Amino acid sequence: MAVSRLFGASVKRREDPRLITGHGAYTDDMKLPGMAYLAILRSPYGHARIKRIDTSKAQQHPGVLAVYTGADLAGKLNPIPCAWLIPDSDLKTPPYPALASDTVRFTGDGVAMVVASSPYIARDALDLIEVDYEPLPVVTTQEQAAAPGAPQLHESAPGNLAFNWKFAGGDVDAAFRDAEVTVKQRFVQQRLIPNAMEPRGAVAQWTPGADEVTLWNTTQNPHIARFLLSVVAGIPENKIRVVARDVGGGFGSKIPFYAGEALTVFAARELGVPVKWIEDRRENYLATIHGRDQITDVELAAKRDGTITGLRVNALSNMGAYLSTAAPGVPTWLFALIVPGCYTIPAYSCDVKGYFTNTTPTDAYRGAGRPEASFLMERMVDLLAGELHMDPVEVRRKNFIPADAFPYTTVTTLTYDSGNYQQTLDKALEMVDYQGLRQQQQQMRQQGKYLGIGISSYVEVCGLAPSPAAGAMGFQGGLWEPATVRVLATGKVIVLTGTSPHGQGEETTFAQLVGEDLGVPVEDVDVIHGDTGAIPMGWGTYGSRSTAVGGTAIKKATIKVLEKAKKLAAHLLEAAPEDIVADHGRFYVQGSPAKSVTIQDIALQANLGWNLPKDMTPGLEESHFHDPTNFTYPFGTHICVVEVDADTGEVKIRRYVAVDDVGVVINPMIVDGQVHGGVAQGIGQALYEHAIYDEGGNLVTGSMLDYAVPNATQIPNIETARTETPCPHNLTGVKGVGETGTIASSQAVVNAVVDALSPLGIKHIDMPLTPERVWKTIQAAKASPTGAN
Amino acid sequence: MRQTIKLKVNGVERQDDVEPRMLLVHYLRDRLNLTGTHVGCDTGQCGACTVLLNGEAVKSCMVLAVQANGAEVSTVESLARGTEYHPVQQAFWDMHGLQCGFCTPGMMMAAVGLLKRNPNPTDDEIREQLEGNLCRCTGYQNIVAAVRSAAEKMQSTPAAAPVTAGASGE
Repeated sequence: MAVSRLFGASVKRREDPRLITGHGAYTDDMKLPGMAYLAILRSPYGHARIKRIDTSKAQQHPGVLAVYTGADLAGKLNPIPCAWLIPDSDLKTPPYPALASDTVRFTGDGVAMVVASSPYIARDALDLIEVDYEPLPVVTTQEQAAAPGAPQLHESAPGNLAFNWKFAGGDVDAAFRDAEVTVKQRFVQQRLIPNAMEPRGAVAQWTPGADEVTLWNTTQNPHIARFLLSVVAGIPENKIRVVARDVGGGFGSKIPFYAGEALTVFAARELGVPVKWIEDRRENYLATIHGRDQITDVELAAKRDGTITGLRVNALSNMGAYLSTAAPGVPTWLFALIVPGCYTIPAYSCDVKGYFTNTTPTDAYRGAGRPEASFLMERMVDLLAGELHMDPVEVRRKNFIPADAFPYTTVTTLTYDSGNYQQTLDKALEMVDYQGLRQQQQQMRQQGKYLGIGISSYVEVCGLAPSPAAGAMGFQGGLWEPATVRVLATGKVIVLTGTSPHGQGEETTFAQLVGEDLGVPVEDVDVIHGDTGAIPMGWGTYGSRSTAVGGTAIKKATIKVLEKAKKLAAHLLEAAPEDIVADHGRFYVQGSPAKSVTIQDIALQANLGWNLPKDMTPGLEESHFHDPTNFTYPFGTHICVVEVDADTGEVKIRRYVAVDDVGVVINPMIVDGQVHGGVAQGIGQALYEHAIYDEGGNLVTGSMLDYAVPNATQIPNIETARTETPCPHNLTGVKGVGETGTIASSQAVVNAVVDALSPLGIKHIDMPLTPERVWKTIQAAKASPTGAN
Repeated sequence: MRQTIKLKVNGVERQDDVEPRMLLVHYLRDRLNLTGTHVGCDTGQCGACTVLLNGEAVKSCMVLAVQANGAEVSTVESLARGTEYHPVQQAFWDMHGLQCGFCTPGMMMAAVGLLKRNPNPTDDEIREQLEGNLCRCTGYQNIVAAVRSAAEKMQSTPAAAPVTAGASGE
């Protein structure tokens, strides 16, 4: 067997040299001759009627090219569509105009825009636009929105109800009727702000005559942006090119199609000049999507031996003022189906209601639904363990899907592809010396110190595909991926992918995949992504799908290239194709390696076309369109060890251990990096981050000063380890790692803090576990003879 | 109303008329086309725009271009000498200290400033002194490792420690 050289190696990233020298090509770096700059006037009210807009002063301001209001868009720019129309849920999709004409529904809703010769002038002119608002009553939380008599956001959505989606499997009523023990808890998934370091933006260049537009856009999915821009702006899809060369992080916030890019294209088309719009951070906080914001009431039924027999979830989700592109799918399909997690739960029901509120629309934020699911399940397991005075490890072991039960079809009808949950749990316990820690915890408790151990065993559903599943769930797109592998005459290789990495390192990972199979150095493989002008189609990078779906498409295209290369090698070596061996870039007749041709020789001959077999077409390029047969299911166990200072409420993470099984790993360095970053975001949610609105609908945490994006002192070192259970239904065995860290981590931290404080009778604290919140909970627990909650 | 400024950017003398309100970061990006310095927040919180001003790391969205009159400014574009990377750049590459790369130029310039003040920092010191630079991708772990690795290399080969302000040019 040939030795693997690239696959599995920590190859340094091919994208880094341009990024560390300041030569990345982010949207804001784009500068075109005669470019004008767009700025958007945003509503200072959470809910108000627009009585009058006077743009005359702004229009007269020197350097201003044009000022537009919602009325100017009529017939030229359609509302921003929602693209995940979940079925059987009475979904309401009230129109989301790019600029509001009569009513603003959240602070940050667009009201008017200025195009000017410089960004400074555009901002100056915004201040000259006069808008008379008639403030309307505001609702900011889903519970307020659901209350009788609540102010209504949309006529077409009575009671502010956007949808009511339900799932049930097994006999849930019987499970609770027969339960020996039940546990109930309400969990609040607070609202989060994604905070990609690069704000969103767009540059649009319209070519009159050709009537075509190029849009440079901060997007995770340029082909979806092309599709939706076509719908919104009425531009034929073949006249649109969307480019996203370097994108400075997304975390879900750059999946949706937004008003900003539509307005940029509109202005470029109206004025016939290139137009740039780049949001500032304040605007990012107001007008780019927020994440999570879900309240769940959960009941669990079990036997006294710890066997879980039933689970019932009622969820209230805050959708914000309008439905963003993928929003309805997040708190429903992406959340509910994976709630039972690693466990054999025979009966489960979930009822999800989504409400409109006067807040920024919510949508996918790293993990998207699955962090909410794993959080509630892992918290419930710990609550059950507490109720039964069992070790939380034992409750997990008792309910785990056994390693020999895969493929395993859950009560939610998902078929988990492969897994070995016991193994990751055992490894994590060993790494932290669990028994030793429990002894230490006892000793410290005697000294009045609070050490806590939090366990999170998770499984996630990712590698988003297959397309028929997308259709069944109401996602208005496919989830397959195309790939092209093109070997040039000089033996250098170009790979086209429809995924659109923005920090995940696939320029390297995919080059490793192709380099390994073709036997060319990784430096000879360039991966082209993020350009609809170069790449036939693609559904983008999110849902930990790029390597599992896009990578498999590349693998299959590479295999086709190799098949053709073998035929040509046989022709050149005057042998039969079935006798040819491909061995790391050398092709020879089985058993005669001395006489060989290289992939470079073959590439040259294929591209010259001088001497090909009779039935062979010239060139060495193959494409493949890949649609997987199932999702993938990475899993693992994370353990967080904390110390809580009962005097200050401060939580200190002493250790954080992440044992993940993400299937086969192509580049361990990159995989570790994904885990680090994902865990940091989960810890951010657990301890620091919270987007807060006041009663008037103002975003109180409206800047990086007020919203706590964790800094370098607030995130511990993450100790990573892995087991490897290959995905059985793709050629590489990879599963996906982009979201595991976030899906696994928040509950590990919260379980640890609650475990630390359990001697005080504390059973739950809602995130973020700020010192103030923890301290108050401790004080309340100390004041109450039966504990705080 | 415009004001004339003279300054040295990456070793090159510059003279320009600018609006007094123009931020240094916009002068660098929009006037000089040095787009390696990024704008993440324009309110001084994220650190993506960090450059060296007279050898000290500053957030260039917190400095007016006119305040840089007479100063020496170094941006990320000045770090490498030809194809030879600065030890901090090399370490960020070696240790996977970046993912999306947007915070990276500012993070590296802050690290260069840090290592000038404190050539042999502990991990805790690195974390404390980089707390003004936010990264949403890496969880900071490999950034800390990169800065430590760069410090070790610069200690063992002091010649490999360039970037006094404006010393290396494009």
